[in-house]
Amino acid sequence: MKGSKPRNRNVLPGFGLSLGFTLFYLSTVVLIPLATVFYRTAELSWTEFWDTVTGARVLASYRVTFMTAFCAGLVNAVFGLVVAWVLVRYRFPGKKLIDSLVDLPFALPTAVAGIALTAIYAPNGWIGSLLEPLGVKVAYSPIGITIALIFIGLPFVVRTVQPVLQDMEKETEEAAVMLGAYRLRTFRKVILPELLPALLTGFALAFARGIGEYGSVVFISGNMPLKTEITPLLIITKLEQYDYAGATAIALVMLVVSFLMLLVINLLQWRMNRRTVSE
Amino acid sequence: MAGAITVHTSEEASRRPQHITESGPVRWILIGIAFIFLGFVVLLPLVSVFVEAFKKGAGVYFDSITEPDALSALKLTLLVAVIAVPINTIFGIVAAWVISKFRFRGKNLVITLVDLPFAVSPVISGLIYVLLFGAQGLLGPWLDERGIQIIFAVPGIVLATVFVTVPFVARELIPLMQAQGVQEEEAAASLGAKGWQIFWRVTIPNIKWGLLYGAILCNARAMGEFGAVSVVSGHIRGETNTLPLHIEILYNEYQFSASFAVASLLVMLAVVTLIVKSMVEWKSSRQRPIEDNS
Amino acid sequence: MLNKLTLVRPFVILIALVLVLAACGQGGGNSENNHTNQPADVTNSAATEVPAGGKPKPPVELLNVSYDPTRELYVEFNESFAKHWKAETGQEVTVKQSHGGSGKQARAVIDGLKADVVTLALGYDIDAIAEPGLIDADWQSKFEHNSSPYTSTIVFLVRKGNPKGIKDWNDLIKDKVEVITPNPKTSGGARWNYLAAWGYALKQNGGDEAKAQEFVAELFKHVPVLDSGARGATTTFVERGIGDVLLAWENEAFLSINELGPDKFEIVYPSLSILAEPPVAVVDKVADERGTREAAEAYLQFLYTEEGQEIAAKNYYRPISETVAAKYAGQFQSLELLTIDQDFDGWKEAQTKHFADGGIFDQIYSPGS
Repeated sequence: MKGSKPRNRNVLPGFGLSLGFTLFYLSTVVLIPLATVFYRTAELSWTEFWDTVTGARVLASYRVTFMTAFCAGLVNAVFGLVVAWVLVRYRFPGKKLIDSLVDLPFALPTAVAGIALTAIYAPNGWIGSLLEPLGVKVAYSPIGITIALIFIGLPFVVRTVQPVLQDMEKETEEAAVMLGAYRLRTFRKVILPELLPALLTGFALAFARGIGEYGSVVFISGNMPLKTEITPLLIITKLEQYDYAGATAIALVMLVVSFLMLLVINLLQWRMNRRTVSE
Repeated sequence: MAGAITVHTSEEASRRPQHITESGPVRWILIGIAFIFLGFVVLLPLVSVFVEAFKKGAGVYFDSITEPDALSALKLTLLVAVIAVPINTIFGIVAAWVISKFRFRGKNLVITLVDLPFAVSPVISGLIYVLLFGAQGLLGPWLDERGIQIIFAVPGIVLATVFVTVPFVARELIPLMQAQGVQEEEAAASLGAKGWQIFWRVTIPNIKWGLLYGAILCNARAMGEFGAVSVVSGHIRGETNTLPLHIEILYNEYQFSASFAVASLLVMLAVVTLIVKSMVEWKSSRQRPIEDNS
Repeated sequence: MLNKLTLVRPFVILIALVLVLAACGQGGGNSENNHTNQPADVTNSAATEVPAGGKPKPPVELLNVSYDPTRELYVEFNESFAKHWKAETGQEVTVKQSHGGSGKQARAVIDGLKADVVTLALGYDIDAIAEPGLIDADWQSKFEHNSSPYTSTIVFLVRKGNPKGIKDWNDLIKDKVEVITPNPKTSGGARWNYLAAWGYALKQNGGDEAKAQEFVAELFKHVPVLDSGARGATTTFVERGIGDVLLAWENEAFLSINELGPDKFEIVYPSLSILAEPPVAVVDKVADERGTREAAEAYLQFLYTEEGQEIAAKNYYRPISETVAAKYAGQFQSLELLTIDQDFDGWKEAQTKHFADGGIFDQIYSPGS
């Protein structure tokens, strides 16, 4: 039953209507508002646009933003997998609690998360004061940004991996064991490949979310130009100078990157699905 | 049955025969890692919110969450959630239906568009509504002539929230409905069931957990959204401040305890919805065997 | 037949949805309309009820869009004004407040936030609102004293006992001194900080701009955290314990001492600083549209009265009224103050030269410098 393809499209009703509604809704809520970004950017000439989005500080901010979002995504992919694994496969006290904790980053306003994390990791905070003697600076450094983004992105990874893990057939694993594979090998050769699409999706969502995050990061980053200044902050900076076109130009770059990334991931996942189905 | 997968950490899956699970120590190390990781990343900030909230005693705590501005912020937050969540739930069901039950060109593009609000910076998602409905925006002057205020008023806050929460329900349902395939619906159709009957009798029971879970997440995010709402709210005290904005205001007034007290309120709202979810799940998991037999 | 019905139902839902959305839009619109409609309605009913009661007026509501550090000031001032206005005209007035970064607030007004009056950190931000015609271009001459009913200046907040011995601007660039200031690109207050430092260096070096730029660049090398707003910077300094000195508005410095620990911080006045003039203006277009001009003008005018000045002084803004200033003379130390118009040729000039993209501030933070 799993993964079976929709075949006879004439039997089920409502295709036209539901597609129509979906497209209508996406257009009004997502596409038309986003199109204003293009519209406002069009006030700039090509050279102006290019100069805006490739300024030294803007480039530095891309570097900070993408690096920290990538690291956070990676950390989340590894530890998120562990969390999902533990939640699906083991029984232990406090499991329900952990399961609920995972969703909290969705619910907590990002500003609160940022303030709370800064308070903890600042040099006079609970953890910051422990790390300071070791010469490790977390708050007001790229590490701090990464921690905020880990917080923000965690549920994306866990919640995409969890269902797939849960749905995984015992039989394949059984077969691997019967063929004499060790546990770790089974994991690498049997489980991981099947998890990979979900893991990748989770990573991509966490990554994409991390690139855009603003509320929590401004508190913990220190906002030093060239070092810990993130791209969304630059958009705000432009707005602060009443430079709407410049702000939307940078926004456009971020938007296109996010869109392309999601598109690639969705295509990739679709391919993988198709392969597993045809096998 | 597959309907339960996303939401349930089902007992069945965690009861595994010896040879296809890890050895005891490995298991506990993994559990330990999960605990430590979540402890540092999620639990600790959460605890600090409550510690800060009660720093000045329970009196200050209760005063700050019952103060008129806090209450009006709470009211507005609930109102926004009450509008945004049902809209996006309906959209989520429809979108998941068309994406998972039919084949059509450009499906990946549609899925990507559904995902997009996840990836759009909150700064941008607020900005776009200003560009659209602001006095200098595309539709702003036209609306202004008719005395319709969208941004810096409740409708703008609702719109920004709807935008941010578009993907939650749909994203939850799509993989679920894809995994379920179309056999059950087709079988129902071949037995002569009509469209809505199929939907209510076959599809909905299969996806109800994913649906509930998606709506809960959507709700949590709707109540907690800060960045986008901050751009379109106008920050008028007692009028267009949602809870997250009220928290920021208190924080900026150096009322740290009060601000964390209000923040803890949001945490508790989230926790309550999650508890409700667990309870409903638990109840129905006791009923399910009977249903399955019938 | 049945099939048709099943097709119709989703449409009904869809239409219902659209209606809900539209209703929301209308809801917001109506509440706005109410403001304008109400006066007429209530006047009529009041006129019939109290025919000989002179000129009883319906309640009026003002929205004052302001910047961050004025929260406490206007809470107190609004109350006073409401009493005063009621006594004078018999009209109830409620003043709603909105606070945020000065630039962000100005943008909100430009984008359609219906503010009757704005009370912001810089004239530059009000000029920006004047540009699309919301405020008359000559707003600065509408009220006395360049439309700035109170002033402030930039001072140093240091930790108790002043352990690093900070006395003046040149102490800030000493080794191992960490300075906290918000980012001038995103915070109005920080622009005053920056200009004060610039003015000091210029004077120290006999007007040599290259030297001044060097000084300011050096100063910002001592800044470990650039918060986006004034209040964020204060929190970083006070709560997180980062930095040795906070460059702050005088009123903010007093407020943080009072609110956050008189035993932990002290104020240091440098030899020279800048006269910060936070201006006020009636948003002409909105006030006329909503018929609130009279109250709005009276509201701002009230800032200039003895009572208004007293409230400003109590909240650590320097009053311009001489009598009130004399009364609070002990509170405010006098020091040499530069002014934006004389020493920097006005905000427009200062903005393009220092803070615009590619300006002097950006050059400090260009790679390799």
